[in-house]
Amino acid sequence: MDQSVGVVKTQSFEFAKAPDFLPLDSGEKLSPVTLAYETYGNLNAKKSNAILICHALSGDAHVAGKHSADDEKTGWWDMMIGPGKAFDTNRYFVICSNVIGGCKGSTGPGSIRSQTGKPYALEFPVITVRDMVRAQKTLIDSLNIEKLLTVVGGSLGGMQVLQWAVSFPERLVSLIPIATTHRLSAQGIALNEVQRQAILHDPDWNKGKYTKETLTGLSIARMIGHISYLSDEAMHHKFGRELRNKEKFGYDFSTDFEVESYLHHQGIAFTKRFDANSYLYMTKAMDYFDLAGQYGSLKEAFRQSKIKYLVISFSSDWLFPPYQSLEVVQALKINNHDVSYCEIKSAYGHDAFLVEREQLTRLIHGFLKSLESYVA
Amino acid sequence: MSLERTLLKNKFKILDMVEPQARVLDLGCGNGELLKLLKEKKNIKGYGVEIDENHIIECVSNNISVIQGNLDKGLHDYGDHSFDYCLLIQTLQVVYKPKIIIQEMLRVGRKAIISFPNFAYWKNRTRLFFWGRMPVNKEFPYSWFDTPNIHMLTIEDFREFCHQNGIIILEEFYINSMKIFNNSFSPTGLFLIKKD
Repeated sequence: MDQSVGVVKTQSFEFAKAPDFLPLDSGEKLSPVTLAYETYGNLNAKKSNAILICHALSGDAHVAGKHSADDEKTGWWDMMIGPGKAFDTNRYFVICSNVIGGCKGSTGPGSIRSQTGKPYALEFPVITVRDMVRAQKTLIDSLNIEKLLTVVGGSLGGMQVLQWAVSFPERLVSLIPIATTHRLSAQGIALNEVQRQAILHDPDWNKGKYTKETLTGLSIARMIGHISYLSDEAMHHKFGRELRNKEKFGYDFSTDFEVESYLHHQGIAFTKRFDANSYLYMTKAMDYFDLAGQYGSLKEAFRQSKIKYLVISFSSDWLFPPYQSLEVVQALKINNHDVSYCEIKSAYGHDAFLVEREQLTRLIHGFLKSLESYVA
Repeated sequence: MSLERTLLKNKFKILDMVEPQARVLDLGCGNGELLKLLKEKKNIKGYGVEIDENHIIECVSNNISVIQGNLDKGLHDYGDHSFDYCLLIQTLQVVYKPKIIIQEMLRVGRKAIISFPNFAYWKNRTRLFFWGRMPVNKEFPYSWFDTPNIHMLTIEDFREFCHQNGIIILEEFYINSMKIFNNSFSPTGLFLIKKD
């Protein structure tokens, strides 16, 4: 019977305290650094059952369970993590940390700078996916885990997974990149830029030093983002042309359609839980991600990364289309790495990795089973 | 002989044909059963290509590396002679362009192993000859209007094809207790081939 991991608590890991620092790709130095993280299950004596989950743009360290008994919301990938689930916490020790640049407990633009006593805001250095992974690796070091059984994540989380392969292959047994890419497409960059412009042009944003709780710019950015996470078919099924609380058109510019109301709701709800500055930094990190660009070619990037891979994409994902996953698979194959690839048929678009529980569970369960000889 | 036994005998013959430690690419590998057997018995390094999502899930649980792909889109992703053997088992008759697939198999693999149901098998001939109806039986369980088998061929057709296309038949295997008239009495043909 599937169960929840129950009530969990976010923990904090602090490192890179002065004079130490975390070097960043931009040449800047970050110090000190805090990573918020959660763990579920127990690390075995061999320390061979640790799994790292990487979150996407708006995710956080709270991937499973609840923060209190009467918490209405569970962690963002609760469907996959828990006793008897794909990442079975009776067998595996699961770790998830909030990325640097985020706004859920890890050091980011909203963190207070000790020198000034004020938030960094736009004085926070631009971070890359490689910087995020470098920070995660420090956390894994501190937990005394020599090798991770697998690193898994979707979207921006999947970019981190691929970066792990390239940066620290010796620390890995396997990887599961989901609905992701080795470099963001022009279309992806374009969508991110429109979202950033919506924030940058909001007068209340005040060049990053905003005080208002709900920023219209961030709300619009989230609305645009939401469209790109769905698909034509999913939107048709979910909303069609249904009208919102009315029988006929209003012949004005108030909300007519259900889909409009849904987007407004998502946009406003998001502003209450996410920092607009973090949104700028995270989308920028996605834009900069390009493994082939970093290492000359994709083949070269993965040359040393001799580990086992399960690459997963979704048929209706137009933000991170299956062909981009196939390019990764191709580069792994040329290097003679052990790779399996599945394009799951789904109508849910990019969001499918948060929805398609059954097929994901079957695939990942089978894949982890094949790693049993390492765990035992 | 039952279809299951026929395919089992073919399977053991394939096991016999493949050299130990070889690199094997199985096209249309299903649930990865054959690759699993080859891994266990011949210690091969195997990869599968499969179109069906549920079969892929089974392969992954069987610890078989598998890439989702459509054979009709070719094998562009695979380098010349990157495998010792390319396998195409009971699948030739369903692909859109059999000639191109066979040529691609012999580019990607040093050798190829191909098996297919023999349309000239006497049971098929009898139904077509006496009743004037397309065969529907264990080997061809589909009606003409919903069959995935779009390129029917016979053992003689395949041998002629190899001859015309500069392909050498290294080994051929039939399920025929009489040992003669294989084209009439073997329900399947199994060939080990290479490029001239």
